[in-house]
Amino acid sequence: MNKLNAVSAAQMKDDLPEFHSGDTLNVHVKVVEGDKERIQVFQGVVINRRGAGLNATFTVRKISNGVGVERIFPVHSPNIAKIERIREGKVRRAKLYYLRQLRGKAARIDEKRSD
Amino acid sequence: MRGIIGKKLGMTRIFDADGNASPVTVIEAGPCFVTQIKTTDHDGYDAVQFGFAEKREKSTNKPEKGHAGKAGLKPFIVLKEFRDFESNEPLQLGSSVKANIFREGEVVNVTGVSKGRGFAGVVKRHHFSGGPKTHGQSDRMRAPGSLGQSSWPSRVYRGLRMAGRMGGENVTMRNLTILKVDPENNILIIKGAVPGANKGYVLIRK
Repeated sequence: MNKLNAVSAAQMKDDLPEFHSGDTLNVHVKVVEGDKERIQVFQGVVINRRGAGLNATFTVRKISNGVGVERIFPVHSPNIAKIERIREGKVRRAKLYYLRQLRGKAARIDEKRSD
Repeated sequence: MRGIIGKKLGMTRIFDADGNASPVTVIEAGPCFVTQIKTTDHDGYDAVQFGFAEKREKSTNKPEKGHAGKAGLKPFIVLKEFRDFESNEPLQLGSSVKANIFREGEVVNVTGVSKGRGFAGVVKRHHFSGGPKTHGQSDRMRAPGSLGQSSWPSRVYRGLRMAGRMGGENVTMRNLTILKVDPENNILIIKGAVPGANKGYVLIRK
């Protein structure tokens, strides 16, 4: 099994920041238009992290022009240039699907305090 | 023809340069050793027999030991013949073949023994759709339905698809692409699924 793990491990990123459900992230996504490549930032709340190792993914939700938008990213995708954690959220569960039913003030998440 | 015996290690994914993920099977292919060379003069046809995965001394019998000993080798768990084997340098008894007989991007066929499913019903075994769930049905959800007509022909046609043993048979997946070859570790990375359980032995042929 070690040789199988080696194939996966070779593709895994080792510079990932720690982040959990409830955190607000800036995900820097590589976008290719024609032959030009640029970086697009997707900012939102992590509502789901699933899978292990190379197959792990996370879901980021944001409200764009009044419409909820969710994107699922593979954690180790080469299309993600950088992940920045800009806010650590205080939540009591791992999957925050209840946010889909909430709007505005009700959809806020408390900030985690370290003290 | 070219071919090699391998061991299915399992599945994972591979990201390409554009960030697209492909499902892949990782196979430890070779090294395979030539245990016998069959010729038209002697055996009636041309073939090369390869051995893969050394067997424990304890589970080896005398004929197996003798057969491998002729090539100066230890006995193997798997012995397979490849007819009309193509190779750059002529093969001799005891010489080996490694994963580097294949190149990246080549299309191959992979044969293995499928996972045994035991005595399986018609829904799993033949993809029947089963019966209705509602409208007064009690036990018809995965039933096969009618087996045929009535007083004529008064029998069930031979070969009618029914429940029975499923899996555990040779299955060949054709036209699978080799995405990567790692000659140092004898690893082949093949796009898609390959028959059989992890740690099962498979044949990769071109």
